[in-house]
Amino acid sequence: MIHSLFLINQSGDIFLEKHWKSVIGRSVCDYFFEAKEKAVEPENVPPVLQTPHHYLITIFRGKLFFLSVIQTEVSPLFVIEFLHRIADTIQDYFGECSETVIKDNVVTVYELLEEMLDNGFPLATESNILKEMIKPPTILRSVVNTLTGGSNVGDMLPTGQLSNIPWRRAGVKYTNNEAYFDVIEEIDAIVDKSGTTVFAEIQGVIEACVRLSGMPDLTLSFMNPSLLDDVSFHPCVRFKRWEAERVLSFIPPDGNFTLMNYHVSSQNVVAIPVYVKQSINFFESGSCGRLDITIGPKQTMGKTVEGLMVTVHMPKAVLSVNLTPTQGSCTYDSATKVLVWDIGKLNPQKLPNLRGSLSMQSGAPKPEENPSLNIDLKIQQLAISGLKVSRLDMYGEKYKPFKGVKYVTKAGKFQVRS
Amino acid sequence: MSTSALYNDQGGAEPAVEAAQESAPTSAGSAAAFGLFSADFKKNEDLKEMLESSKESLKLDAMKRVVGLIARGKNASELFPAVVKNVASKNIELKKLVYVYLVRYAEEQQDLALLSISTFQRALKDPNQFIRASALRVLSSIRVPIIVPIMMLAIKEAAADLSPYVRKTSAHAIQKLYSLDPEQKEQLIEVIEKLLKDKSTLVAGSVVMAFEEVCPDRIDLIHKNYRKLCNLLVDVEEWGQVVIISMLTRYARTQFVSPWQQDAVFDENNEKTFYESDSEERKDQMESKPYIMDPDHRLLLRNTKPLLQSRNTAVVMSVAQLYWHLAPKHEISVVTKSLVRLLRSHREVQFVVLQNIATMSIQRKGMFEPFMKSFYVRSTDATHIKTLKLEILTNLANEANISTILREFQTYVKSQDKAFAAATIQAIGRCATNITEVTDTCLNGLVLLLSNRDETVVAESVVVIKKLLQTQPSQHCDIIKHMAKIFDNITVPMARASILWLMGEYCERVPKIAPDVLRKMAKTFTAEEDIVKLQTVNLAAKLYLTNSKQTKLLTQYILNLGKYDQNYDIRDRTRFIRQLIVPSEKSGALNKYARRILLAPKPAPVLESSFKDRDRYQLGTLSHSLNIKATGYQELCDWPAVAPDPSVRNVEVPQPVKEWAPSVGKTKQAKSDKFYSDDEDEKEEEGSDSGTGNSSSSSSSSSSSSSSSSEESGSESEEESSEESEKTSSDSGKSSSGSEESSTESESDQKKKKKKKKNIKKTLQKRNKQPTVADSDSDENGNGPVKRASSSSAESSSETDSEDSLDSDPPKVQQNKNIQVKSKPKVEKKPKNEVSLLDLDDFSPAPTSAPNSAYVSSSLLSDLEGLSLSNVSTSFQVTTPTFGPVKTYELLHHMTGKGLSAKYHFPRQPCLYQPSMVAVQVTLTNSSDHSLEEIHIGGRNPASLNIHCFNTVERLESEASVTVSMGIDFSDSTQAANFQLCTKEDQFNVSIQPAVGELLMPCTMTEQDFCKEQGKLLGMNETSATITMATASTSVQTVRKQVLSVANVGVVSSSQSTFHRFAGRTVSSGSLVLLSLEVKDSAAVLTINTEKSVVASMLLRDLKQALAQA
Repeated sequence: MIHSLFLINQSGDIFLEKHWKSVIGRSVCDYFFEAKEKAVEPENVPPVLQTPHHYLITIFRGKLFFLSVIQTEVSPLFVIEFLHRIADTIQDYFGECSETVIKDNVVTVYELLEEMLDNGFPLATESNILKEMIKPPTILRSVVNTLTGGSNVGDMLPTGQLSNIPWRRAGVKYTNNEAYFDVIEEIDAIVDKSGTTVFAEIQGVIEACVRLSGMPDLTLSFMNPSLLDDVSFHPCVRFKRWEAERVLSFIPPDGNFTLMNYHVSSQNVVAIPVYVKQSINFFESGSCGRLDITIGPKQTMGKTVEGLMVTVHMPKAVLSVNLTPTQGSCTYDSATKVLVWDIGKLNPQKLPNLRGSLSMQSGAPKPEENPSLNIDLKIQQLAISGLKVSRLDMYGEKYKPFKGVKYVTKAGKFQVRS
Repeated sequence: MSTSALYNDQGGAEPAVEAAQESAPTSAGSAAAFGLFSADFKKNEDLKEMLESSKESLKLDAMKRVVGLIARGKNASELFPAVVKNVASKNIELKKLVYVYLVRYAEEQQDLALLSISTFQRALKDPNQFIRASALRVLSSIRVPIIVPIMMLAIKEAAADLSPYVRKTSAHAIQKLYSLDPEQKEQLIEVIEKLLKDKSTLVAGSVVMAFEEVCPDRIDLIHKNYRKLCNLLVDVEEWGQVVIISMLTRYARTQFVSPWQQDAVFDENNEKTFYESDSEERKDQMESKPYIMDPDHRLLLRNTKPLLQSRNTAVVMSVAQLYWHLAPKHEISVVTKSLVRLLRSHREVQFVVLQNIATMSIQRKGMFEPFMKSFYVRSTDATHIKTLKLEILTNLANEANISTILREFQTYVKSQDKAFAAATIQAIGRCATNITEVTDTCLNGLVLLLSNRDETVVAESVVVIKKLLQTQPSQHCDIIKHMAKIFDNITVPMARASILWLMGEYCERVPKIAPDVLRKMAKTFTAEEDIVKLQTVNLAAKLYLTNSKQTKLLTQYILNLGKYDQNYDIRDRTRFIRQLIVPSEKSGALNKYARRILLAPKPAPVLESSFKDRDRYQLGTLSHSLNIKATGYQELCDWPAVAPDPSVRNVEVPQPVKEWAPSVGKTKQAKSDKFYSDDEDEKEEEGSDSGTGNSSSSSSSSSSSSSSSSEESGSESEEESSEESEKTSSDSGKSSSGSEESSTESESDQKKKKKKKKNIKKTLQKRNKQPTVADSDSDENGNGPVKRASSSSAESSSETDSEDSLDSDPPKVQQNKNIQVKSKPKVEKKPKNEVSLLDLDDFSPAPTSAPNSAYVSSSLLSDLEGLSLSNVSTSFQVTTPTFGPVKTYELLHHMTGKGLSAKYHFPRQPCLYQPSMVAVQVTLTNSSDHSLEEIHIGGRNPASLNIHCFNTVERLESEASVTVSMGIDFSDSTQAANFQLCTKEDQFNVSIQPAVGELLMPCTMTEQDFCKEQGKLLGMNETSATITMATASTSVQTVRKQVLSVANVGVVSSSQSTFHRFAGRTVSSGSLVLLSLEVKDSAAVLTINTEKSVVASMLLRDLKQALAQA
């Protein structure tokens, strides 16, 4: 399946390679570089490429390309999913997935890659198992290792791989047993120039942080499960129980994990928390333009809108901006042509406004289209769909765990066309 | 670069190690001056020292740096000798790093790599399953051809390991070995076959992967495991699910009939689907019998559906493609939501999913129409994502939603991404042609775009307008005029060329404007692009033909310019046009037709999706993504017109199948009920230990947990158990699937038989329960321990009842004691057919768990001893068919065989290995005074000959003999199968030439059926002869005996005593062979009806001889 992996940074240096079968020369990456050249933007490089003898499947993540070399027919999603899993694992281990981090921990990364694939076929991809085999570096451990000559490879080989719940490591013990669930909903929307909603939907995810001793068997139920239209689960969730009773029943992995993703049924009208009044004009003569944006609360369910931010990808011709915000700060990167207005908290009494002029490259034609605005926001303590967790029960263990549920609503791909 | 750090005080901290790599090991000052090569060289010297030091931490440091080098693609091969010494290190991390190094460089340094092999061989026997597994992993990753036999041995051994984890590793190793040495294919297939029977969820994915890589065409290996795989699927790890689902998709397409014919009504497009050929459909209409889905087909669909909820996008996609290719049309839409959900995932995932949706949406708009808005383009999407979304929106467009879509398109046209804007214009063009209601609207919209400031947009619009006008040119003079007006402002060559072409094509509709355009072109001709010049020449020619008065001079001028153009295409075209249109003496008949040639009505171009033809590839594959056939792509075949025998998947006692002799049933059932029986055992076990909590939830994985526990106990006692009977040890070597079976093994033979029988009964019960079982299987994952335990105890109690009834079988004669006792179920087949109705009650339930440890230790002992003798394949030498003759033929004489002699006979049993093979039993006798080793089958001739070899006989003592069975696919011909019989030292060429009668399988049928079938095989397919019979042989019995001695056919009961009928099928192709013999006094008329005329004539000859002699 997966023959080799190359990690490539944005400037095109291969800084790590790993082969699971016989070695393939780096020159195979040239085809990729060619495509990268052609695509200009790294996001636009086609994920699946063909070369005379190999197939290249690439993901671009964290300013890095993960390039895998394939020799025979395989499901491309299989490879893509796996490459993302590698990136996830690196992120999980070192806090971020970047070139520096990988270079600093090259041996650990290499050991991880060795465990994750055997002969190109995934072997261990569960974080719980991997962490038992190769311990993530911590400051304390590296000090201890220096003193004792110990290593970060587990002496005990993981038993999780053999159990019927491969996602949970054995022998977990905590003095404080706690389970937290974050219900995070994102609003994806496209709003018209006139303010009408072209398209809106709510996607949700439940992130869990479970630190419970032993083998807890949890059941999470909702007040209004009928809201959930389409769901996907972590492998630990028992599907049959969901089908039959609409409850989530599972033995959780240890630590942080994504319990489920869901999509709220499209029958429900999606509440759009803010409205945007905007006018962006480019003048035919004089190579300049005007911009005026005001944001106000719309359906916020009585909560405060925080972390409000507007991002605008300006047309290439815009050289610089001269804008004054009534609240927050505004920056313009003339290289990437990205305007960012970081507003912060939305005050309904005094609506934030951004106004000023745009100066254009002289002689350039007036841009056809006004740029669209991408909105970012956050509302604490609210799941915009109205989803509510009703209770969490634990079976199989005797102690009383500390339980908590938190709701957050965010803007997902929230775009206002202008 | 930090250069101050010295290597020896870095300890285990990795950043420091990194620094050390960069720095000079010896002196800090000179580091900066190092060139690449010298630095490498010196570092290596230093590393070598560290590796050879006695301090573990130094070695570890050195190895970390070495691995760092490998990771960055630097060459570290010269350290091989120093590194390989550490292969046996106690430190796990050091050992692992050495493994990493070995795997990377072993191929380059084969001789040195061999030094490490013995370490792995030792580790393969380690009591710890993880050590065994990792040793096998590394051993099989070392790409050194010399160790192929060692790998083969290790794989075989590991495939029978008690730990499912080790078995999983062996499945991976199979692929590695196969890529290293494809010659091993046959043997590897055997291992795969064995592992396919494994019930552990851990193993399933890996072995199917191996199957796909080594022998994807051996679909017959799947039959028996099909239902098990379906039921295990939910509990298999996600990567394995993807592989299994894709394999099952292919399998289902060969085994089930199409579910699509009946619900043609549901097919909204009402167009013929791609996969169905005309003939199929017609036939269907004629027969019009209701379609009933095979329960196995349904099982697959039902068991994959929950996986749509997987978090793994590859799993969701593979289920979606399975539904697309296998489900009835009206059920396919269950996958829609999940596919749309994937669009929230990473960009690369979106890309692949959108490609697949694009293909699907062409055939079935309805599936995605409700989700149209999910395909709206965002300005932040990557270009390839945008274009795909556009493609899908265009596919989804219909009369109802076109206005919404066009409004959306209007936004896109204004996009800053000009490539995307151009693609949108093309999409508008496609909508305009597909939906006639909006053609005019679209056209007007496009004309408006002509005044756009952006050149690419205008150019694209012109091109699209040109195509649209071509479809309905009549009423669009205005547009053409408009285009002529803007012509001067358009600079993109393709657009200019398009306008010129339009002018020329419709010059009669714009009689005033066209000549003027030509005039302008004449002025600028030399400065134009080639493509524009060509169209100018075309325009000139067309105008000359329609309006020569005004344009004659202009045309001549342009033709002259063209004549001296730099581009030869244009010169050619000019010359051609001049000859064609300008009348002269030389220009022949063509001139008359110039007008018809140039101004012929031209078919409008069809604007269609670029995904139109992608559906020839299976969805979700690499080939589909690239729209090109990728290496190793397995074509998805058409549905069979008639479903192959569904009973091949039966794993229970078969009903008396009409066409097969009872013996077939026997072996089948014997082979298959193993799975279920183990299943039961396993459940019993599980019921007892489910209190432990840990292994609570999933039953399918309980096999793994229980086996691992017993494995552990085994490994402890392993050392002590020095002496065990040969018999048991070989048993365990053979037992492919872990401890569940082991409990069975350890009981006495007598009991074992009982147990097997019990199983049959169980499976009988089970058959009815089948669907429920399937459900609960997946449920088990979901339910707590309590529920499981109760259900399994209920299960086992019911079993106990049934066991009682089974106990009475006559003890079986065991010949050839040390070979016979194999755990392979086929041995037990004999008593089976009496099972069903006996009712005795002296059965005392066997405590299944008690004998475990004893047994396990013995099996481990056998592990240690390697494969000695355990591989002797058991034969079913027991039953000679009632009428069958035992003619033994000599294969190898002991004189020529240097003491080894071999005889063979045809047991007339269906071959276990492959239905198309003829079973042959070979008795090997060692008549020399020393023992012979490694008796096996070597090269064969012709090379394509399909032989299922017997497992290597490791050792044959002097004067001992052993009977092994093999299968040969003669392809229904009597051509001899030549192969080599090898011992460790020698090889002998031998050949087996079958009599034609041995190429048949008996077949039972009623007299009516016989006559009916005979009626179909007349004419060319009938051969007959008159035979003079020896008088003695006229009695019914003798005639039958004679015929049966020649041919392996079944007797068809006859109402007339003078008429004898026999029926059979050829083994390979399954063609019917019908024999009828009409006896009149001493003469008889023998008639053979079969499609195989060669078989018929040979059979006739043989029978004639036999009957005359008697």
